[in-house]
Amino acid sequence: MDILPILSTLRRHKITALLVVLEIALTCAIVCNAVFLISQRLDRMKMFSGVAEHELVQIQAYGIGKTADAKAHAQEDLLRLRQIPGVKEVALVNQVPFTNSSWNTSIKLDPEQKQATLNATQYFGENLIDTFGAQLVAGRDFEPGEYLDMREVARDEKLAKKINTLIITRDLGQKLWPGQSALGKTIYLGGDPARVVGVVAGLIRPSLFNGDASAQWSMVFPLRMDSDNASRYVLRTAPKDRDRVLAAAVAALRKADPHRIILEKKTLDDIRAEFFQDDRAMAGLLLGVCIALLVVTGLGIVGLGSFWVAQRRRTIGVRRALGATRGSILRYFQTENFLLATIGIALGMALAYGINLFLMLHYELPRLPAYYFPVGAIALWLIGQVAVLGPAMRAAAVPPVVATRSV
Amino acid sequence: MFTYYLQLALRSLGRNKALTALMVLAVALGIGASMTTLIVFHVLSGDPLPGRSAQLYYPQVDPRDNGGLMPGKDPPGQVTLIDGRNLLHARHADRQALMTGGSVPVQPDMAAIDPFYVDARYTSADFFPMFAVPFRYGHGWTAADDGAKARQVVIGHELNNRLFGGRDSVGRQLRLAGTSFRIVGVLDDWRPAPHFYDLNMGAYDSAEQVFLPLETALALRLDHDGSTDCWGNGSGGVGTGLPSNSCVWLQFWVQLNDSASASAYRDFLARYSQQQRTLGRFQRAPNVRLPSLMQWLDYNHVVPDDVRLQTGLAFGFLLVCLVNTVGLMLAKFMRRAGELGVRRALGASRRAVFEQLLIESGVIGLVGGIGGLLLALLGLWIVRQRAASYAGLAQLDPQMLLATFLLAIGATLVAGLLPAWRACQVTPALQLKSN
Repeated sequence: MDILPILSTLRRHKITALLVVLEIALTCAIVCNAVFLISQRLDRMKMFSGVAEHELVQIQAYGIGKTADAKAHAQEDLLRLRQIPGVKEVALVNQVPFTNSSWNTSIKLDPEQKQATLNATQYFGENLIDTFGAQLVAGRDFEPGEYLDMREVARDEKLAKKINTLIITRDLGQKLWPGQSALGKTIYLGGDPARVVGVVAGLIRPSLFNGDASAQWSMVFPLRMDSDNASRYVLRTAPKDRDRVLAAAVAALRKADPHRIILEKKTLDDIRAEFFQDDRAMAGLLLGVCIALLVVTGLGIVGLGSFWVAQRRRTIGVRRALGATRGSILRYFQTENFLLATIGIALGMALAYGINLFLMLHYELPRLPAYYFPVGAIALWLIGQVAVLGPAMRAAAVPPVVATRSV
Repeated sequence: MFTYYLQLALRSLGRNKALTALMVLAVALGIGASMTTLIVFHVLSGDPLPGRSAQLYYPQVDPRDNGGLMPGKDPPGQVTLIDGRNLLHARHADRQALMTGGSVPVQPDMAAIDPFYVDARYTSADFFPMFAVPFRYGHGWTAADDGAKARQVVIGHELNNRLFGGRDSVGRQLRLAGTSFRIVGVLDDWRPAPHFYDLNMGAYDSAEQVFLPLETALALRLDHDGSTDCWGNGSGGVGTGLPSNSCVWLQFWVQLNDSASASAYRDFLARYSQQQRTLGRFQRAPNVRLPSLMQWLDYNHVVPDDVRLQTGLAFGFLLVCLVNTVGLMLAKFMRRAGELGVRRALGASRRAVFEQLLIESGVIGLVGGIGGLLLALLGLWIVRQRAASYAGLAQLDPQMLLATFLLAIGATLVAGLLPAWRACQVTPALQLKSN
């Protein structure tokens, strides 16, 4: 197909052609970046938590006022919960993944260090590892005798120094001691040392206020909580039993203390879904905009194509009368669209790259992967071809006899 | 002439219904999307206390030890209890209030209502006049009540509705966390957005429902909520009640009526830091800041990144829609070159043709704008259905309604300018000949 006649026609419709090119370029740039953002959000929503998400339920229960026997209180609660049929494990913990409320501290690798090495979250609660279903990949879980009461520790600084073991995540170990086994290594909280006795595959922080890169920087300490200093009861059960167990657990907790306030009762799946709802909403919105953009651009090409065909009806008739086949008329319009789309895509790629640079600068986004460019180009070429097909077929259907009639 | 052109425009638009619909739809989608996001952005980046925010400042001092010292770094975003009390009692500003967040169990007298938790603010007397908090009944407490650790409480009107059916409850008793308080005031609707005085509680959360004197809350060891940052070995006691004096966990706000008193206050903060350093409490050289309310919001990037991104995206979308409309209109006008040529040849001036075409594009803008407005209302409704804390704020105000319309008409007129201008360049003779 000879493209020179096409170019000379386009030269006579410079502004219109330029607008099509501009529209394709903008669409290409925005859609590339939007699709990239969508994939980022979807990836984030798949974030690894390290816990048995489908088996966990959480109840947040507060007593009113301080109780003298909070420890006995908590133990009784846990006993009642454990007796519910279908409950596999129970724990009273200070924090739960995806609840956005967390206890954090900075840690050092050397007590003399001026700057802390990093900030990690602290999980407390007897039987926490088994209840959460965190996978131990090295070392051991805490032994029953290892646990100290949070209440006692908070009162007595000397006792706090006795907490000298902890379990960390594999990610945190790799961050602190790259390429080495974390087992047996020592970290310092303030000036007090603690030795790593176990490593779990993962245990996500309850809130990601420090960014997603530090999502797995978690530590577990052998501390026992009571009903004064913790409110989150976590139960592990089979996925199908979750609703029943949740209801039974709330009833059991109310029975143990009718005055307590049940603040929240949810499955961890629901809690997780809520945690990522902004990402889901954003991905949905971006998807909507992408579709709208492509539809608007597609329809724009249809509209413009129709105009051009109508405008060139006579020329087409002349060409047909001079021997051009339907196929060559069809190809003419398809090639024209292909040319415009190609220029638009080339411009759009540059623009997409620029937008991506801007986003990297202001929104801590990674670089747009290179394969987005060819994929985006093919998508827009296809849309252009599909959009122009209707008008082009109408052009091909113009009978040669048009040439002999005056309009 | 205008009505005649309008008739012409409508006839011309009617001739090509699918195309007109496409142009209107594109404009409506673009306007709808960009207005929805712009309204959300406008609400979120707004001034929480219009007319008053310029006089409100958020003093920052740096009480940290030398561990981890990085010169030039900003001081902490909150104050310790001891500094907060010192600055409060110094009374160097026109008004000042020290505060922190918390949550307290409300134990209603009526057996019908189970106890429940509400968010509370523990603060000092100036909070209410300084932030111009509107009262429905009663008033705030006084500085003397602060000192006396008075058992007094100001409640929000939502809580008042829930407990007292909206009646004047001033003078009645309310049990909170096992202690009886006397209600001295009931607030009117008050929801500053952002929740500027304590951004740790969720930047767009609604205002608390219970306000207590800070000293009373401390004496009763009520639970405190929010962010606590500690340094050195002073993590204080978890579960023992209060964070230690090497933890920042309170917010301190001042009202300074003119810029002279603002710079005087800055000097006072530096003097205070120096004095504390001499006493051995502060280790760092005086490192003070005195951002105004709006500067403080800016510094904390309260508008969520997603909202900025959405706004940018929506305007990109609007741009594509407009380019699309310009292209279609241009093609359409050029196709009518013959008709326009006849008009020109019959004596219509270029200006008249231009006006006629501009009216045609204005009609598309108007219809598209109305469509966009409806879409924006739909968009805002969708935003309000979301669980984000700012969802409830997404409302259309008259100012933004006007802006929507101006944007719609303005955008399409601008979009109509180029095609109309191109079309009226047509040389009449050439057009007549070619036909």
